[in-house]
Amino acid sequence: MAGSYDRALSVFSPDGHVFQVEYALEAVKRGTCAVGVKGKSIAVLGCEKRSAVKLQDTRITPSKIGLVDSHVCLAFAGLNADARILIDKARVEAQSHRLTVEDPVTIEYITKYVAGVQQKYTQSGGVRPFGISTLIIGFDPNDDTPRLYQTEPSGIYSAWKANAIGRSSKTVREFLERNFKEDMDREETIKLTVKSLLEVVQTGAKNIEIALMAPGKKVEYLEAEKIESYVKEIEAEKAAEAAKKKGGRGGASASTATGTSTPIGGTSTSGGVTGS
Amino acid sequence: MDVLLGIRGKDFVLIGTSKAFLHGITVMKATDDKTRALNDHTLLAFSGEAGDTIQFAEFIQANTQLYTMRHSSDLPVAAVAAFVRSELASSLRSRHPYTVNMLIGGYDTKSDTPMLYWLDYLASSTEIPYAAHGYAQYYCMSILDAHYKKGMNVEEVTGLMRDCHEELRRRMPIDFKGLRVKIVDKDGVREVEGFD
Repeated sequence: MAGSYDRALSVFSPDGHVFQVEYALEAVKRGTCAVGVKGKSIAVLGCEKRSAVKLQDTRITPSKIGLVDSHVCLAFAGLNADARILIDKARVEAQSHRLTVEDPVTIEYITKYVAGVQQKYTQSGGVRPFGISTLIIGFDPNDDTPRLYQTEPSGIYSAWKANAIGRSSKTVREFLERNFKEDMDREETIKLTVKSLLEVVQTGAKNIEIALMAPGKKVEYLEAEKIESYVKEIEAEKAAEAAKKKGGRGGASASTATGTSTPIGGTSTSGGVTGS
Repeated sequence: MDVLLGIRGKDFVLIGTSKAFLHGITVMKATDDKTRALNDHTLLAFSGEAGDTIQFAEFIQANTQLYTMRHSSDLPVAAVAAFVRSELASSLRSRHPYTVNMLIGGYDTKSDTPMLYWLDYLASSTEIPYAAHGYAQYYCMSILDAHYKKGMNVEEVTGLMRDCHEELRRRMPIDFKGLRVKIVDKDGVREVEGFD
């Protein structure tokens, strides 16, 4: 009789790893990319949309960005079906919090709750961990400082100025590290989000989704045409930069040249991820 | 002893509730609000056993909000009324039922129709052009019967509400501290001033 010893799949391996959690992280790395960026009084979420098959109706296919409460927005990378369950738990908690203390949740509170649920699924019998990481943005009630948090399958949560999760997240995060500025305005923040996603999204605007949050306002999903115009603007800038480099071939800007070679770098890192 | 009044107009609903919060014969507060906005286009007005009322109203509010978050669209007024009725019906058959009477005023954005539901604590529900709960019924139904017409505009309905208010002030021996009147239309829920 094995009794209840083998109920949980998530037990330690002899060298101290919990494999199921590590496999969940692997599922996250295979999910489409999601980016979160904070500006001065704005928070932006950007997502890579999986390219639709010919007969798929993209208008009513669920998005990777979801609303937890009117002031909390969540994007995920990993298993879509797992995310649906986790988001629903967060929504119920958000309403339950309003009902019991007559206040909307703070972003940190709901992040902690989401991470708490994820942790529970690494230490309970008969379950497997959530195969998703999340980025949670929003504004606390009566406060206009933007918030951005990340949660992981293990239950870890952390606060960020800008971050990426999912496929090629390393490339995007490194891009953000190079290009992030403090106190960006609305336009700059959106542009940085789109630009960072373009590092890994090959097909451009039609595979990008953007959601914005501003203090005391409802979430705003950017229209496809608007994203397209940002992409065009960014591509024009890149082309101008490349032309300038070609013209003044003095080797003066060797460091910025890495910017143009990122698509190759991007594919190589994602190749490395799947290989490991 | 609380006053709940509702009148459905051409493309809106007007709901008035008394501002006195009573505890026995004592007025605890003169600026009470006996309504909760359930979503952008639905308003719930309630009266009954103190405690039960707010508990039940906020429970309904939380669940309609949860519906909005889950489906990224609001629960239509008729569905809200059906949900409230069903919750009240199960509560009625439990060990400790809620004693709450309600009016639900809403604007259905799909079909562009205003709707007014009357519900009592025995979980009966009906859609009607004008409604009242409590003692207000005795004083106001006759006025509404006599003066209500189909397709009235905001001025006419506000006038009718003012007549009801005046009648209650003149005839009812209870000081209900005036009415808090709210309008629900395609633009949402707003308060209408001037019913003190």
